Amino acid sequence: MSPGRLLALAVLVALAAAPFVPMGGMRQYVLHVVIQIFIWSFIGQAWSLMGRFGLVSLGHGAFLGVGAYTTTLLWNFYGLTPWLGVVAAVLLAMLLAFVVAYPCSRFGITGHYFALVTLAVGEVIRLLLIAERDWTGGSLGVTLRAPGSDASLLAIQYADKRVFYYGGLALWLAGLWVWARVDRSMARSAMEAIGEDETAAASVGIHVTRFKLGITMLSAGLTAIGGVAYAQYIAYVNPETLAGIGVSLRIVFAVVLGGMYVLLGPTVGTALTIALSEYLRVVFGVKFIGMAETIYGLLLVIFIIFLPAGIYGSVAALLRRRRVPAAAPA
Amino acid sequence: MIDPIFLAEAAVNGILLGGVLALLALGLNLIFGVLDIVWIAYVDLVMLSMYLVYFLVMVYGWPIWLGALAGVGLGVVLGVLVHVLIITPILDSPPINQLLATGGLLFFIQSFATFLWTTDHRSVRLTLPIIEVGGMFLSFARLVAFGLAILAMVGLYLFLTRTYIGTAIRAVSQDRGAMALMGADPQRVYIVTSAVGGAMAGVAAALLSIQYSVHPHFGAAFGPITFMICVLGGLGNMVGAFIAAFIMSEIISVGGVLWSTEMGYVIAFALFIVMMFARPGGILARRQ
Repeated sequence: MSPGRLLALAVLVALAAAPFVPMGGMRQYVLHVVIQIFIWSFIGQAWSLMGRFGLVSLGHGAFLGVGAYTTTLLWNFYGLTPWLGVVAAVLLAMLLAFVVAYPCSRFGITGHYFALVTLAVGEVIRLLLIAERDWTGGSLGVTLRAPGSDASLLAIQYADKRVFYYGGLALWLAGLWVWARVDRSMARSAMEAIGEDETAAASVGIHVTRFKLGITMLSAGLTAIGGVAYAQYIAYVNPETLAGIGVSLRIVFAVVLGGMYVLLGPTVGTALTIALSEYLRVVFGVKFIGMAETIYGLLLVIFIIFLPAGIYGSVAALLRRRRVPAAAPA
Repeated sequence: MIDPIFLAEAAVNGILLGGVLALLALGLNLIFGVLDIVWIAYVDLVMLSMYLVYFLVMVYGWPIWLGALAGVGLGVVLGVLVHVLIITPILDSPPINQLLATGGLLFFIQSFATFLWTTDHRSVRLTLPIIEVGGMFLSFARLVAFGLAILAMVGLYLFLTRTYIGTAIRAVSQDRGAMALMGADPQRVYIVTSAVGGAMAGVAAALLSIQYSVHPHFGAAFGPITFMICVLGGLGNMVGAFIAAFIMSEIISVGGVLWSTEMGYVIAFALFIVMMFARPGGILARRQ
């Protein structure tokens, strides 16, 4: 076994055992933070599937919102279990992605324009959720209907955070697997070619529209799953936290911070941003509302200026550079 | 059934709103045309100027015109600062990083404003009359804002067409590469452009502060619609942005009366998305 694999295995074992480490009164809090890191890392990975190929979406909140509200409303009004609801959520998100991405691809909308179109889509979903307040609860949001017991597999609601911890861990690993699969596939080469020069890619026989649509719908579907997971965990959905510009930008920032071209980039970025905002919240408390985000915003600007490849991306590149001359003496 | 007089009132209010939106969109579009960068935080700079106007007028008792001038001054300073501190180091980075750097600035301004001034809504209270025209009630503040916005846009037009540096700015927005070949100093043109864009933000701030109350999420409320207008008009296309501003403001204003405020915005954004597919280069672009 290579040292890398051994390290990965050790990390996995540590993660699997973590909930049983005695932490006194801190356990619930630590678990809460780690669960959030798992879920948002998964969403970040889904975003980076597109982002790394130059399809920069500033509207992934739309897919989060569609996912989370679909399962929540189906459960609240019709009692449909989220296990089935998530299928509807993914299909709806993919449909939305198709409706947006197909014309974008056909009419050659890329770069700034693609980013702004997706931004508009995110806003449309947020405003629709607010406007349809009779059944979405408007800007007040909706609380998931309680299942009546502390642990319900049917409703995916558990009082014990450890269930969500393992669920989040599985989700995160699945996200990593999808990312790695795409990374090793033909689609990656095709998408990279498209990202560099669409016309040139088409001229060598790459079906530009098919690949773009495929990756966009995959990303949207996974993001919807992430939205469902978050809604199930928090048991409350709200248009501001699950749709619109704010959350969409947060996803993008976390990924760019970590590095979108490397497997663990989104995870590192998400872990850092969540850890930072939790730390600042603990340090500054409620006395200085907004201080945490202020420092967060400032750090983002500084990072984008000085470390554009992301933290993990830069470290990974540095390690690679050091290793290459040793492996291949000139 | 909605009284036609309400609709007429909404339509007139739409035109009045359109004037200020056009001013915002022109400032953003000027910067985009020259630098090829979308300042996501543009309307948040407007918000900072609005806070300055509010504090000078309401807390320190300055006359409104002096407060407004100070607001414009702050706009210029902020425009130059954003360019020098944030844009200059990343001028050659991929567009996504430029977009995100100003996005980070948006977060910073928004949260810092929350931290400093809380989420309270603050408004400059002027006792301006409501005017009745043919059964419609129009706010005098909006009429003044509209008139001044049009004046500012005429000023911008004259600056761009009648002055040497204005001509240079237009030349750069047509061909960035050629400028260096002509021996012009790009950084100087960039800074003047950012200053003028900032001044437009400052003027818009002064005009908005007599109609709307300012709060830390003001940028989030007006930002998206401003980008949509720029893109709808064609990024960098001034005339297009001017027309698009009135189309969007009419939809928002009339749609808001017919359905609800949110639905007005939903229709405006949906139209934007559809128009992007029909005319990706903006409403005035020729079809390829």
